[in-house]
Amino acid sequence: MAQFTLPKNSTIDKKAGKTFAAPGAKKPRKFSIYRYDPDSGANPRVDTYEVDMAACGPMVLDALIKIKNEVDPTLTFRRSCREGICGSCAMNIDGTNTLACIKGCDEVKGEVKIYPLPHMPVIKDLVPDMTHFYAQLASIEPWLKTDSPAPTRERLQSEEDRAKIDGLYECILCACCSTSCPSYWWNSDRYLGPAILLQAYRWLIDSRDEATGERLDALEDPFKLYRCHTIMNCTKTCPKGLNPAKAIAETKKMMVERTV
Amino acid sequence: MSTPASSKPANAARPLSPFMIGPYYKPQMTSMLSITHRLTGLGLSFGALLLVVWLSCLASGPECYALIAPHLAAWYGKLLIFAFTWSLLYHFCNGIRHLMWDLGKGLDMPTAEKTGYAVIFASLGLTAGVFVLTLV
Repeated sequence: MAQFTLPKNSTIDKKAGKTFAAPGAKKPRKFSIYRYDPDSGANPRVDTYEVDMAACGPMVLDALIKIKNEVDPTLTFRRSCREGICGSCAMNIDGTNTLACIKGCDEVKGEVKIYPLPHMPVIKDLVPDMTHFYAQLASIEPWLKTDSPAPTRERLQSEEDRAKIDGLYECILCACCSTSCPSYWWNSDRYLGPAILLQAYRWLIDSRDEATGERLDALEDPFKLYRCHTIMNCTKTCPKGLNPAKAIAETKKMMVERTV
Repeated sequence: MSTPASSKPANAARPLSPFMIGPYYKPQMTSMLSITHRLTGLGLSFGALLLVVWLSCLASGPECYALIAPHLAAWYGKLLIFAFTWSLLYHFCNGIRHLMWDLGKGLDMPTAEKTGYAVIFASLGLTAGVFVLTLV
């Protein structure tokens, strides 16, 4: 059921937020960051940090690392590659989901507002619990399935067939798209969401995979696939420029094509 | 496959991250048109009821019709009819956009936004057209 407000334990305590000023900063910039401390168990708050952009890298991740290193070591977030390929630093920046490492601070007007990926259980600060998302990925069995005997060398693919997985294999599973989807917010218990459905299509369309029928059978369900209503927040927000909405539409087409 | 049972009790205590469109997630052009499609669909259901009321009053004779005729001629009645007409035409135009999507076409972001604007202008233009025609 659609729910439009946060549960009691999740509302942001507006009075609890702290401000960390940067006196003497040449180019001060404000970052408001969602904080939740599981040890205190108190409601989340938003802390404001002033960062001197004259002594900081250009990306939002640079600012986060600077804050953690120099101002507040308790600030918690995931990061690894700092070049948009690992998907760890996915978060809600300035009202849309993206990767902090490839989002320039100059792309944001005014205060930089940073929240965890939307509608997820929060472990701490900007770190959401991805367990359910990964379980959903496992449920679509994202690996090559074959019945035919293994050839003596690689399974070959024509250039045209290989081109079909362009725009799909690049997905880094950062979950920006799934957590931007209102349908996923409200039905994630049964709806797979754009990221997982794009993965499902990646295997459906792979000419080497021999379990297409079985994969489509698994998606034949009122929720898993068909809760997509083409809202298109997924495609709009994908930091890799991929198109989950298109992958889902193509999957729906495959469903129809095999029955008519 | 379901979430491992062990993650359930921990998550029950965990806060839910903010998500609401507006304060936390920026309204996107496509998402706003999507919710409008739903709302106009809902409006059309009520509009259909209204149409039935109007038709049954019409069928029940002049006395009955005289009960609702002044309301429909009043400003709020006209506003309601205008809203109903626009809802119908918006839902129709956006329905065509959805049909196109079902064929796998126009799903790239620039096209989806362009067709979105086309739906807004077409529905408003057609509504204006209907009103001009009925007034003449």
